[in-house]
Amino acid sequence: MSTLRILSPGFQTTVQDLGRPRYTHLGISPSGAADPVSLRLGNLLVGNPQGAAALEMTLVGGMFEFSEDSVVALTGSDFGATLNGSPVLVWRSFAVRKGEILQCGATKNGARCYLCIQGALDVPLVLGSLSTHLMTQVGGLNGRSLQAGDQFTVHENQPDAFRHHALDGGAVIQVLKRDTMRVTRGPQAELFSDEAIHAFSSSPYRVSEDSNRMGLRLTGHLTKKTRTTDMVTEGVPLGAVQISHDGEPIILFVEHQTTGGYPKIANVISADLHRLGQLRPRDEIRFEFVTVDQALQSLNDLELLISSTSLKPL
Amino acid sequence: MLSKELWYPRFQLASDRSLLVTFGAGISRRHHLDVRRLVALLESQPIPGIHAIHPAYSSVLVSFNPRENPPPEFEAGIRDLVQQIDSVRVPEPRRIEIPVCYGGKLGPDLDDVALHNHVTTDEVVRRHSSTEYLVYFLGFSPGFPYMGDMPKELAIPRLGTPRRVVPACSVAIGGRQTGIYPVASPGGWRIIGRTPLRLFRPEEAEPTLLCMGDLVRFKAINIDEFQNLKRL
Repeated sequence: MSTLRILSPGFQTTVQDLGRPRYTHLGISPSGAADPVSLRLGNLLVGNPQGAAALEMTLVGGMFEFSEDSVVALTGSDFGATLNGSPVLVWRSFAVRKGEILQCGATKNGARCYLCIQGALDVPLVLGSLSTHLMTQVGGLNGRSLQAGDQFTVHENQPDAFRHHALDGGAVIQVLKRDTMRVTRGPQAELFSDEAIHAFSSSPYRVSEDSNRMGLRLTGHLTKKTRTTDMVTEGVPLGAVQISHDGEPIILFVEHQTTGGYPKIANVISADLHRLGQLRPRDEIRFEFVTVDQALQSLNDLELLISSTSLKPL
Repeated sequence: MLSKELWYPRFQLASDRSLLVTFGAGISRRHHLDVRRLVALLESQPIPGIHAIHPAYSSVLVSFNPRENPPPEFEAGIRDLVQQIDSVRVPEPRRIEIPVCYGGKLGPDLDDVALHNHVTTDEVVRRHSSTEYLVYFLGFSPGFPYMGDMPKELAIPRLGTPRRVVPACSVAIGGRQTGIYPVASPGGWRIIGRTPLRLFRPEEAEPTLLCMGDLVRFKAINIDEFQNLKRL
């Protein structure tokens, strides 16, 4: 058993696992890691189950002190981390000695970096998950992002098994691509003309500062409905691209409202959802329509890439 | 031209891992019954790969793992269930009373609702608390009940600009719907009061006070009663 102390939390650091997907009929959205692929690969590096909870840092990382020798990995975006002042690389497992301080800085590429620690974070299970849902203040550490002075107990599961590892395979390169989001047609795509759909998929969009785990707001080309119908509130899936009354797209993200009444022109494919978690404010993206068959092929390819990823001793 | 009703139920892939079943346009008790029956079938005869169910007024969105059950097979499974829908009996509704302290600081928009409908605030309270409301579904935020069928004399459009934070337990009106915000969240409905009851309690086996199909009545209470009930 060891203790992880939060000396500084960074911009927004939360406990996340793969979320609680089964409660949407109660109005509860899944939450969970914004980039679940980086979380899974990070857990692989430290020998945890792929869905174990880790700390999700956003844009600027935190500073952490370990009470005992620990094995950790940083995955996702490169937050320029140092361990007692010496640079450490992302996508590697490394040992932290008792009393050492891991300090993360501002991101050098995408939006999120995961700190995966060998063992299990001791936070309560809420509705089957440890993930934090910030909007409803549920899960993780008291339903909120971390603050300086917080601490966690980490229950170690294999204290002796340690070697420096990297990942062997192409998964890491896949994770960091984030300029194009592939989409399938949404259930209200028929409310838009062919020209409007074409303009939507051929125009660049910029991620707004006003984006968070509930939704990613985009600015750029305005898409207008060609048919006006009264839409009745209906269930909305993760990754739905809603068009607001003003014509701006909003991508519904991990803490999205479970139902809504705005028309959905498109939906980000399952294989690209993790990329949404790496979008930063001011990033430029484009949408590319694919068929459902292509979407599933991409998901199979991604899962194959993850399952074929092995550890490479350093 | 064929009647639009003939096109229902409608089956659409909403994403590469969710299927939207729509029973009709608009809000009606008949569509609500279809929604409840399909949800009951999905619970009693789960389809392989099913993840989550989002019921709404006249539709059910079902999400699934497309690697466990590819979309065409999943849709075939849902269509089979929809075929059986008329044979499903849903249980008798629960009747639940919700105490509300109307107006004042806890219901800042009560006056606007009265003005908009040319009645006194007492009349708004009397009408709002003398109707039985059906919980069509829970959505938007955890445990938020969508209740239609509100007296049309109380209807009022949503705020032009939603509030950034609506306090938890606020009772509100949006168009011809009424609802209760279980947790503090942004929202555009008009706040007419607050209940001392907790609608969302994630630590319990039944995390929401209300569920789809419940019949709700509001009971007007004063601020002292509100404070006393809140302490329980």
